[in-house]
Amino acid sequence: MFAITSRRGWWYLLSLALLLPGVIALLTGGLKPGIDFTGGSLIQLRFDETVTQQAVQAAAVERGYPGATVQLTEDRGALVRTPPLEVEAKDALVSAIFDHVGPGQELSFSTIGPVVGAELTRAAAIGVAVASALILLYVMWAFRRMERPVVLGLAAIGALLHDALFLLGVFALLGHVIDVQVDALFVTAILTVIGFSVNDTIVVFDRIRENRQRHLRLPDAQRPDFEQTVNFSANQSLSRSLNTSLTALLVLLALIVLGGPTIRLFVVALAAGFMIGTYSSIFAASSALVSWDRRDVPRAWERFRSRLTLVR
Amino acid sequence: MRRRQWATLAAIAVIFGFALYVSLPGTPGLPFEVAGRDLSDLRFRQGLDLQGGLHVRFQASPPPGQQLQDGDMDAVKRIIENRVNALGVAEPLIQIEGDNRLIVELPGVDDPEEAIRVFRQTGQLLVINTGFDFIDEGTILPADPSQTVLRGRDLRDARVGFDSLGAPMIEFDLQPDAANRFQTYTASHLNEVLTITVDDVVISSARIEAAIRESGVIRGSFTADEARNVAIQLRYGALPVPLEVVETLSVRPTLGRESLELSLRAGVVGALLVLIFMVAFYRVPGLVAALALAVYASVVFAVFKLIPVTLTLSGLAGFILSVGVAVDANILIFERTREELRSGRAIRGAVESGFNRAWTSIRDSNISTLIICAVLFGFGSGGVRGFAVTLAIGVAVSMFSAITVSRNLLRLAITWPALTRPRLFGAGAPAGSEA
Repeated sequence: MFAITSRRGWWYLLSLALLLPGVIALLTGGLKPGIDFTGGSLIQLRFDETVTQQAVQAAAVERGYPGATVQLTEDRGALVRTPPLEVEAKDALVSAIFDHVGPGQELSFSTIGPVVGAELTRAAAIGVAVASALILLYVMWAFRRMERPVVLGLAAIGALLHDALFLLGVFALLGHVIDVQVDALFVTAILTVIGFSVNDTIVVFDRIRENRQRHLRLPDAQRPDFEQTVNFSANQSLSRSLNTSLTALLVLLALIVLGGPTIRLFVVALAAGFMIGTYSSIFAASSALVSWDRRDVPRAWERFRSRLTLVR
Repeated sequence: MRRRQWATLAAIAVIFGFALYVSLPGTPGLPFEVAGRDLSDLRFRQGLDLQGGLHVRFQASPPPGQQLQDGDMDAVKRIIENRVNALGVAEPLIQIEGDNRLIVELPGVDDPEEAIRVFRQTGQLLVINTGFDFIDEGTILPADPSQTVLRGRDLRDARVGFDSLGAPMIEFDLQPDAANRFQTYTASHLNEVLTITVDDVVISSARIEAAIRESGVIRGSFTADEARNVAIQLRYGALPVPLEVVETLSVRPTLGRESLELSLRAGVVGALLVLIFMVAFYRVPGLVAALALAVYASVVFAVFKLIPVTLTLSGLAGFILSVGVAVDANILIFERTREELRSGRAIRGAVESGFNRAWTSIRDSNISTLIICAVLFGFGSGGVRGFAVTLAIGVAVSMFSAITVSRNLLRLAITWPALTRPRLFGAGAPAGSEA
């Protein structure tokens, strides 16, 4: 058996190491909201010949869109982002680009008004809050016969927020490095990852519940303590959790490699989320349960305070 | 194998066969209707991002001082419908969203810009002299300036009235200068036919029976509601309120087809990888899971077609992902079975208790996924909702395929003694090696 919960200090450190770069990227404005949130236009072009980002950008600026950003994609494609455009203005911009840079075709065009963008931002925030609240209630209800169902619920929510924060951080980093913008599908990815993260956590907790009930019937001398039960259950769930996320990752990998570029970032977000979700439910959520049982935080606080008085 | 288990297997085979029949491309469908839906047309519904087309969301934005009236949005919808029909698009979707929004979706449109231009038309009312010809309602009659007698802006008011027999008609009043012109014109063109068009579509034709000054009536074969709608159109000449485009999405059909092909290819490869993994890792149960996955995929696809669910690119990704996740229940069960085998149980008991003991985990974890689907559906729009629906259907069907289908197939498999060696269940370690 693998010692999981006794190494919980290391897992917290690992989580910190995983989350910290992303959080820094988030705080430094790395998460770039796309037109779905801010309003604006997005034009997808494909050129007949290879073009440079600078040339397309220059053509857009010359046409009178100094704020336009251009991003090249595979297959001689380009994404042009501008403030909200009317169809006529877009047509003029596209033909100006083709005139300056070289011939090609327009593949798609989308415009989101600022009003709709603001609505999406609100809906996304409410959606995550409502999902968390419902999950908390559900976990409390599903494990109502266990001791401390609220702690189980909070641990599940903690794991969920851990995963959501990681995903936000990854995309904030990507925003800094390759100027990735997040859209409505990213919100969908976060909610989906939250769903599967809780799904995973519940499977582990289910094992804990089952083993705990069995262990509580044993005579006192043979009964494992809470931590042993949790560690045993996390180990039993390990193989299932790894295999399930492996099969999910297999299909996601196929979509990343073979699927089109349109939803690639969405799939990348899902894949990153599945990986972190598997880790968090086995290692972070189980460790948190044991930490609560062992009063890790109050004890650490006591140690800290006594040291403080010593210094004085 | 008891008789009841054979019956269950037969039922599974029937469901599988039916699902395959429905989900195959070009299926002839079913020769009956359910709840007004003709099931002989079982084409796979593709979203705009897969088949190309135009999606526009309008918002009514009344000028300062003007309020949105009851029925305004219905009038807007009707007018837009007329314009869309004039475009000749197959299966357009036009629906009112909330209090003041209108969604228009035109699938498969090759030239979305042209369609947007048509929406921008001002909804022009014309009264045209068509000589002595009565023109059928609904005919497209292009404007001919030399024969145009009145325009929308000449109208002062229009309302519904009833003649002495109680038939609805439309009464209209003209602006003072137009009234003078119209009187002179009608007096000199008695017995000729005037045809009224809105957006080039004929609404009615009427003979000039007497000189008309500032007000007149239009008779036609319409109901009171239709008369009211026409009156609304006449009164405003165009839309009752200006429409603002708050969202546009146009996708060329070529891009859509490309996305569809790439996703399908990725889906097939992904599913194969999952099958290979399952068989390599779990052996006999893995093979059973592979069969169950085939049942899963065809049942889900059949459900998509029967409901019908419009599959968008993200929905398709959700479906492909669900193939990877659908085996989760199988994995839970087989892991349990392996544990039971390792603790020294016989195959049959291990399989049964694997299913029984994995059930609470499967139930509890899937409920949490369904909660998320409900939230996504409640707060999302368009593509997000499509993803939520496909995911929820996937979860529901995977419970059936992973539990009912694989349980019964596995029971069948272990009646064959050669297949009952623990090694073939991925339980490599000899019994009792682990606590």
